[in-house]
Amino acid sequence: MITATYPEKEKKNYLNNEHGLMSWLLTKDHKRIAILYLYAVTFFFIIGGLFAVLIRLELATPAGDLLDSNTYNKVFTMHGVIMIFFFLIPSIPAILGNFLIPLMIGAKDLAFPRINLISWYIYMVGGVLGTIVVCTGGVDTGWTFYTPFSSSYSNGYVVMTAMAAFINGFSSILTGLNFIVTVHRMRAPGLTWFRLPLFVWAHYATSAVMILGTPVIAVTLFLLMLERGLHIGFFDPAYGGDPVLFQHLFWFYSHPAVYIMILPSMGVISEVISTFTWKKPFGYTFIAFSSVAIAVFGFLVWGHHLFVSSQSAYAGMVFSVLSYIVAIPSAVKIFNWLATMYKGTIRLETPMLYAIGFMGLFTVGGLTGLFLSAMGLDVHLTDTYFVVAHFHYVMVGGAIMGYLAGLHFWWPKITGRMYPQGWSKVSAILIFVGFNLTFFPQFLLGYMGMPRRYHVYPPEFQVFNVLSSAGASILGLGYVIPGIYFIWSLKYGAIAGANPWGASGLEWQTSSPPPTENFAITPVVTTEVYDYSTLTKETVHVGS
Amino acid sequence: MDPKSFQLFPEQASTIAGHVDALYAFLVLVSAFFSLLIAFLVVWFAVKYRQKGNEGPPVHDPHSEHGAAGMILEIVWTVIPLGLSMIMFAWGVSIYFTESRPPADSMEIYVTGKQWMWKIQHMEGAREINELHIPINRDIKLTMTSEDVIHDFYVPDFRTKSDVLPGKYTTEWFKPTKVGAYHIFCAEYCGTKHSGMIGTVYVMTQTDYDEWLAHGSGEGSMAEQGQALFNQLGCGNCHPSVINNQNGRCPNLVGLFGTRVELKDGTNVRADESYIRESVLYPESKIVAGYDNIMPTFKGLISEDGMLKLVEYIKSLGKQAGTTNTSVPLPVQTSATPLTPSNSKTGAMKTAPRPAAMPAAPAPPQGNR
Repeated sequence: MITATYPEKEKKNYLNNEHGLMSWLLTKDHKRIAILYLYAVTFFFIIGGLFAVLIRLELATPAGDLLDSNTYNKVFTMHGVIMIFFFLIPSIPAILGNFLIPLMIGAKDLAFPRINLISWYIYMVGGVLGTIVVCTGGVDTGWTFYTPFSSSYSNGYVVMTAMAAFINGFSSILTGLNFIVTVHRMRAPGLTWFRLPLFVWAHYATSAVMILGTPVIAVTLFLLMLERGLHIGFFDPAYGGDPVLFQHLFWFYSHPAVYIMILPSMGVISEVISTFTWKKPFGYTFIAFSSVAIAVFGFLVWGHHLFVSSQSAYAGMVFSVLSYIVAIPSAVKIFNWLATMYKGTIRLETPMLYAIGFMGLFTVGGLTGLFLSAMGLDVHLTDTYFVVAHFHYVMVGGAIMGYLAGLHFWWPKITGRMYPQGWSKVSAILIFVGFNLTFFPQFLLGYMGMPRRYHVYPPEFQVFNVLSSAGASILGLGYVIPGIYFIWSLKYGAIAGANPWGASGLEWQTSSPPPTENFAITPVVTTEVYDYSTLTKETVHVGS
Repeated sequence: MDPKSFQLFPEQASTIAGHVDALYAFLVLVSAFFSLLIAFLVVWFAVKYRQKGNEGPPVHDPHSEHGAAGMILEIVWTVIPLGLSMIMFAWGVSIYFTESRPPADSMEIYVTGKQWMWKIQHMEGAREINELHIPINRDIKLTMTSEDVIHDFYVPDFRTKSDVLPGKYTTEWFKPTKVGAYHIFCAEYCGTKHSGMIGTVYVMTQTDYDEWLAHGSGEGSMAEQGQALFNQLGCGNCHPSVINNQNGRCPNLVGLFGTRVELKDGTNVRADESYIRESVLYPESKIVAGYDNIMPTFKGLISEDGMLKLVEYIKSLGKQAGTTNTSVPLPVQTSATPLTPSNSKTGAMKTAPRPAAMPAAPAPPQGNR
């Protein structure tokens, strides 16, 4: 647990008001539960990252010289399963959302503190099952579990892996439920819907997707387990099933799940850009409603994963046009953030560097999605490295950059300590450069026709693969550095004030770290959202 | 270094490749424009509006109220991307419809995927594994199925791919425009040796292709092999396979292919490859009007390769009498396309069933161009 030392005279906060392991494992404090998630999610990020290292090492040469084919297939499957189900989906909502939503709306806790703790335990049960799979031999279906390979042919631990993801889903559902009820019922007096921070809007939209989408993947995985275990035919034609049905059900959740991963990140970026330009986000209501629009239209585009799966061409047309429409709210957000920077008072602190990196990488990720929505072009590009590059630009370039922006932005609030500004800026730049070197060559590989999930590949693809592996080593270094200075900061970092960045949200008006009850007295909101005019110069800590 | 080891585009080796590349180029231009615009503005703003000295937060944010100007901006940056994306949508659809609809007179080849190889059968009888020999400048239609999991037949130089599904036929077509050897990749993850499920397409001149075909399997055309299977399985005991044999217990197969079949439940279905396959393996699922559900299933008795031969045989029995047909053993020649068999080599003409009611006299085997 966090072992920062604080002067004895310092008042009690959520970290030091109780001690001992049980005070953490049985806590109902949303802030402590967020810290529990932080530990678990970081653990899975490290495991998933190590699998990525193996992938990039193997692909440095065209031959299969490091791993055998079976092992390679397990490695990319475990990389995908862990990163998506155990890192990306819980990362921002379960850590930052958990910690910040009550603080941002002036509440003492989430609506259901016990359910919040239960959802962490459910996540851990899924996580432990996933870890058992990793340790006992793995699974080789790819994170997409396509049937009938997964249900009838794979030699891996398919049922246990599906069970891990299945259980984990309930954690998402409960978290989403908790957020929705909290936002509806527990806002401080005067905090109207249009005074809510955009981070809360983004999490509200995300929660709706979690509640509506996750049960579908749960049912789908359950059917998969039934078919594999009991040979009840749903998907395998040998038992009278339809393999494409699985793809429809799978993507009905898994495409909206992409928005579960990216929407919270967009919420973070809105907060960071507003704070570090000292401006109310341009087009606040447009950004807020674009989150809702993404959540709604995100449910209607799953068929764009099936353009070559024998889906009807007319159904394909509907999915194609809707995929273009869902791209528009994302573009609207980017333009509004740009307009927010215009004539702002821009401070290039670490969180802002990550936010700028996000804008660049997410723009490329979003634009390349347009390539894949064009049916005639998708036929050539689908299942190639172009797709791999596209979703890493969105998931790593978007979601993880947003996560790191948020972690650097709220770290002083969470721990009460500052981290070294020089190192953190260097690592932000390393991550941006390393990321582009890793994944941009994969767009080119994909257009040349290199299929994804290939262990051995023709020699003409080697140049770009070597570039990609070289970039991955820079990216990996970029991720290790924050790990070191964050830990360092717990003991040696400068003490952060209540509002080190000169931000406007309610969470900055309580002390850092906040007391267990969040606010000594329930705040009453009388000003509009993102009002920086009341900040005095003295409250603003500028860099270090 | 091999000059092929550094390139940005695959070869343009099919008629569709140029169209796909043009759409790609358009999207690259649009994306590059917006990426650079956004990158430029971010950097410009970050430099120009960077905090000066210890400048504090503005006392009153003059831009918090945007009014009509803000609304106009929002509309502009919603409508422009929407318009551009609708162009991309329409362009993508038009290419897709070309890609997904094989021309009517395509040369047909059959593909069976299995872990981890491609089995290919030519109508003339030639069979190959992980290799596909085809003539240049001909529309080639692949009818594909899988014996186990989902595979995907992908030829990057032709810019096309299609999933290959168990229990179902899918098609893919292309018209190769350059003689050469091109990669076949399995593009749908299919297990341990997925990356080994590769092969080569050899695009040959028509002369070379004819010569290659002449060294065929010697087992006869696919339709002939299908007929042998048809007899071996005893299908002909019930199904009249020549017109005028009014057995009555089972539907007539002559002239069946491509017609609409009235079903007992009042609906109708087109007699295509998938219908024939389903009727052999799951005979109870679609009962022809006027007949009873008496046919036993042949599931487990026929391999996917054999099934394709049977389909090809039934196709060869022709569509309705009097309509034209270009399938293998039928004598009615509508054109001299090399698609119709030059089967003096494989001997198809000698043994092909000749429906009695076909009105036209057999034309002499056509030579190839």
